[in-house]
Amino acid sequence: MSSRDSILAAVFKNQPPLSALPDISGFKVPEEDVVEKYKNTFSGIGGLVYSAKSMEAIKNHIRENFDTEKRIVSTLPALSDVAEICSASVEPQSFEDVELSIIEARLAVAENGAVWLTEEVMGHRIIPYISQHLAVVVYESLIVSTMHEAYAKIADEVYGFGGFIGGPSKTADIEQALVLGAHGPLSMTVYLIK
Amino acid sequence: MKGTQDHATLAEVFNRDEDRVDWHDGALWWIRQKRDRSANLTPQWEELREAASAIKSNVISNLHDYLLQFEENLKKNGVKVYWATDAEEHNQIVYKILSDKNINQMVKSKSMLTEECHLNEYLADRGIDVINSDLGEYIQQIDNEPPSHIVLPCIHKKKEEIGELFHEHLGTEKGLSDPTLLTRVARNHLRNVFMTRRAALTGVNFAVAETGEYVVCTNEGNADMGAHLCEVQIASMGLEKIIPERKHLGVFLRLLARSAIGQPITIYSSHFRKPRPGQEMHLILVDKGRSELLARPDFRDSLKCIKCGSCMNTCPVYRKSGGLSYHNTISGPIGAILAPNLDMKKHADLPFASTLCGSCTNVCPVKIPIHEQLYKWRQVIVKEGYSASRKTFSMKAMALTLSSPDIYNTAGKTGRWILNHAPFAINNKFNPWYKQRNMPDSPEQSFGEWYSKNVKKS
Repeated sequence: MSSRDSILAAVFKNQPPLSALPDISGFKVPEEDVVEKYKNTFSGIGGLVYSAKSMEAIKNHIRENFDTEKRIVSTLPALSDVAEICSASVEPQSFEDVELSIIEARLAVAENGAVWLTEEVMGHRIIPYISQHLAVVVYESLIVSTMHEAYAKIADEVYGFGGFIGGPSKTADIEQALVLGAHGPLSMTVYLIK
Repeated sequence: MKGTQDHATLAEVFNRDEDRVDWHDGALWWIRQKRDRSANLTPQWEELREAASAIKSNVISNLHDYLLQFEENLKKNGVKVYWATDAEEHNQIVYKILSDKNINQMVKSKSMLTEECHLNEYLADRGIDVINSDLGEYIQQIDNEPPSHIVLPCIHKKKEEIGELFHEHLGTEKGLSDPTLLTRVARNHLRNVFMTRRAALTGVNFAVAETGEYVVCTNEGNADMGAHLCEVQIASMGLEKIIPERKHLGVFLRLLARSAIGQPITIYSSHFRKPRPGQEMHLILVDKGRSELLARPDFRDSLKCIKCGSCMNTCPVYRKSGGLSYHNTISGPIGAILAPNLDMKKHADLPFASTLCGSCTNVCPVKIPIHEQLYKWRQVIVKEGYSASRKTFSMKAMALTLSSPDIYNTAGKTGRWILNHAPFAINNKFNPWYKQRNMPDSPEQSFGEWYSKNVKKS
């Protein structure tokens, strides 16, 4: 018998009688201002958040706060005068020198500050992880309260790769001292648009 | 090899440096407090734990079908699936995947399963170099030590010791111990590793049967750096990581990081479903004792574990003895209930490394009755004849004393007389109870004697 078949046979033999799945539809938070909540949560975990009036305001913020001499990439055509529009068909290693990437979130979660991104909005899977700094454009109307609502929206969406990102990469492995910028971005900025 | 000594002996070594024990204790308690603050800020926290536990009960009861469903979906998604009965078979599979591609270097993100399988050593013997990319695991690897905590692998190390390791292995300036500077050095060094490795292995936090996707959670971003830069992506998972549907991730991702370190969610929760164009994706399902654990009704709930580490942070024995004292990859209370299933003789000491205070059970996000299982393991271990002989002898002596009023009264009298008249007979290093304790002053009479004198008369 193959390992597969013997493992499955042992599991089948040993598993207890069926226990029903619980109903998880009852997880709700009290009415709240999700935008305010999002801002507080995200800045609380070391993220930077700006309410931007327009794409123009975002461009100005980028020019003022990031080194535009270095490589900036984006998937948003509206930002093409500050960023190079990235291609998914190149080798991931070619993004090693990216200083800043700017992408658009599919949704964001107020309870934990995380944004949901799929590979289509990333441009290339590696981009939000390899860039020295990450910026994400979030439409306020796409902010939900909790992860339950987030998955209700994601529902049966088909993607090859997707991820929640909830701030700059971090570690506290050395004596529990918090250090922002472990292997991923050193900073994460969220631009909120109405 | 440290593994030949038991928990009490190894804990005694750890306890020689009292300041370090206090520091270790405090660092972990601080994380426990962060967990509490975070849990208290989350509405319906207890209902969430209840839901997580019930979902996992369902998984355990229907694992066979979920595994088949998961396998079918993985294949549809273009992922190659393997099954491994034990560590040896798991390691052989990884080796075959790599050697077929002529790959001799791999980068790995945190995976307790591959630590348990001693994958790095197995591959090193066959000429394949593996680098652990989680910072704590990297530090433990260059120091040639296993992780002492599943979430915080080098929680027992001082920054000066890490500085010394970096000086030796990465050529940093001697005496450098600033955590930010050390992290930057590791970041630069490992970036080069990520850029040049053709293969990357990750663990799995949750595997969704419904969609065939698996979720990997990190704070550092190391799993993603490895996975998205490599051409061969491998994931190793224990059978119990299955969850039925994608929406159940909502429950587990709300609980995991809050329970682990008091953070609302891990910075990265990555959902891998299909390889990117030009990439290969392999997934290995590992049994390694899990199907056997399913057959033990008293212990099968330990398969619900989501490896958050909260039971370690809260455990008074773990905090004061250090993870390495458990001589097992997974230490602390959860390690002490998982390990005897794999090798009862080797791990017979671990269920005794507990005060049974129940704090672990109270914080467990999936409501595993950890302290009850510890107590039950003790009974199984004694019945099977694996308990320490001194413990068995003293338990028998106590059973005899407590079952006979005459022996009980004589023993009580003798004990009180010795404590009052010859304390040196008890307060010496041959009595394990005297270590780190003062023996109490003994009353002149027992309650029985007092009762017959005062109450019976009236």
